[in-house]
Amino acid sequence: MDITSRTGLPRLGRTSATRENLAGWLFLAPVVAILGLFLLLPILMALWVSLTSWNGQGSPFTGKVPFVGLDNYTGLFTRDDLARENFMVSVRNNIYYVGIVVPAQTVLALGLALIVNGRLLKGRTFFRSAFFFPSVTSSVAISVVFLFIFANSGAVNSLLGFFGVSGPAWFSDPRGVLHLLLGGLGVVDLDAPPAALTAGGPFGLSWWEWLSGPSVAMCTIIMLVVWTTSGTFMLMFLAALQDIPVTLEEASVLDGAGRWQRFRYVTLPLLKPTVFLVLTLGLIATWQVFDQVYVMSQGNPAKTTLTPAYLSYRTAFRDFDYGSGTAISFVLFLIIVVLALLQRWVMRERAADPGVRRRTRPRRS
Amino acid sequence: MRTNTARAGSARTARRPGERGGLVSTFTGYAVLIFFALVFLYPFVIQIANSLKTEPDAAAHPLSPLPGPLSLAGYDRVFFGTDLPLWLGNSLLVTIVVTVGRVFLDSLAGYALARLRFRGRRAMFGAIVAVIAVPGVVLFIPKFLVLNQLGMYDSYAALILPVIADAAGVFIMKQFFESIPVSVEEAARIDGAGVFRTFWSVVLPMARPALITLTIISFQGTWNEFPHSLVAVQSPELFTLPRGLADLVSGSLGTGTQYPLKLGAAVLATIPVAVIFVIFQRHFIRGANEGSEKG
Repeated sequence: MDITSRTGLPRLGRTSATRENLAGWLFLAPVVAILGLFLLLPILMALWVSLTSWNGQGSPFTGKVPFVGLDNYTGLFTRDDLARENFMVSVRNNIYYVGIVVPAQTVLALGLALIVNGRLLKGRTFFRSAFFFPSVTSSVAISVVFLFIFANSGAVNSLLGFFGVSGPAWFSDPRGVLHLLLGGLGVVDLDAPPAALTAGGPFGLSWWEWLSGPSVAMCTIIMLVVWTTSGTFMLMFLAALQDIPVTLEEASVLDGAGRWQRFRYVTLPLLKPTVFLVLTLGLIATWQVFDQVYVMSQGNPAKTTLTPAYLSYRTAFRDFDYGSGTAISFVLFLIIVVLALLQRWVMRERAADPGVRRRTRPRRS
Repeated sequence: MRTNTARAGSARTARRPGERGGLVSTFTGYAVLIFFALVFLYPFVIQIANSLKTEPDAAAHPLSPLPGPLSLAGYDRVFFGTDLPLWLGNSLLVTIVVTVGRVFLDSLAGYALARLRFRGRRAMFGAIVAVIAVPGVVLFIPKFLVLNQLGMYDSYAALILPVIADAAGVFIMKQFFESIPVSVEEAARIDGAGVFRTFWSVVLPMARPALITLTIISFQGTWNEFPHSLVAVQSPELFTLPRGLADLVSGSLGTGTQYPLKLGAAVLATIPVAVIFVIFQRHFIRGANEGSEKG
């Protein structure tokens, strides 16, 4: 086909071109209006509000609202007060959350995809659907189910009971698992942590607090999210696996490659782009965790499930400090953008690996 | 048919060298699969089973898949003791209006970006791609600000209008329209059909697979949507199901844990998407088979 057909229909004279110009804009107008009014405009409004100390009374766009400049932003990092402590605690919590959820869901998704992709497997459609199903259900409904499952005398604790383990009071346990691990190994005494670590640390939190690990309560949210999101990523891996030509694997088998070698040197390099995609999507999504925190813990116990997304909501809608709440959300935005760009930059160098060759499909025309 | 036999043949050749692992690996493979299937599905069994138990039974035997005495008390209280019927109605209304709106508006915009030539097309496409990249969590407070400023806060319009078009849907439709051969449209246009007429009666019918996909995604996304309703409305009469459910759980119920009731409400919130999921899977598999047969 010629070039014109790729960019649009061939022009049928000048009146028709004018008409097409008009039609184009008319077709696009509703979407542009909605996105402009409820996405672009609000972001601009919020940028303004983040520079004020609006408390929700009246309109934020009158002269009466105090203008505070960048105070809401700098305060999060420099002012020695509760607001900074909350923000730093929420960032710490989210770092541990991302650090566990992203690798765990990627590995689980890849593992499930590899098993489901087995050519001789019976019932693969069923298993694929089973693993994918949690991803499509309501996050709120699932959070309710997990509240029940992890309740003190709930399903998980009675299951642990079968093995003679008495499970923790999941949702009211603020102890950090890294602390517990260090204490369990006898490295530190939990009742009297080393003074060198408790004496000070960056941004108003002591090193000891930074090194807490996710709390037991946060672990329930981590498990819930890994469980719900792995299915979606499994489908992405599955699609990529099905693009790998069978002949390539057969060839490697004839060359005497074992199962692990085949995975390590044939399959994995071909999956690299998908791995990067899954990691990036995971990173972006995990910094935004909100629904589960809202339903399951509201940031409790002892702020150990507080995340920047939830803190931003709470600061604005519960404490009526819209300026700080908005500032937190923009800082979160910045964190996500910077990390996504960083990841892309790191991976671009690796993705340039010549081993990455995708089978190109002939375009149907 | 031909594809099937071909595939079976290639599977057989693939099996011979791999058979060294043999029975043991097949067995472990299935064991792992069944273990994970339980992990992924048993929570739903627990959810349904415990919604049908009495409260003491649910507290004493949370793992059991069978209710001791079967009890509909949880559902009875869900329907007659809470506002859930109202939330269900709101969720249905919002989901249907938003889904119909999205499918129509996203198709219009996707078609314009794929086929129509107008000034600023590339810039608008760039803008829409940029919009997809904006993390939703950043928009909670901004959305509230604009709804508040427009006097729309706490209304059905606030629940529906801001989400009635979405950039990702536009992108999906644009990609699909670009894959349709232009020749059919050319013929219609030469016959003198207007742009909208061509779009409506020639192009849209061909876009059925993409329209079904978009309908499913929109339905599922809107039905499950929680944070938007959190910043758009505050009156309990306007709550959608996830919002009402979150409200139930955060403890405006009064005494007791009331797990059968909460789980029953969660079941009701899950059912519509579960039904769609089953239908979607069939469509998905049929589509994949058709593709492989043609290819």
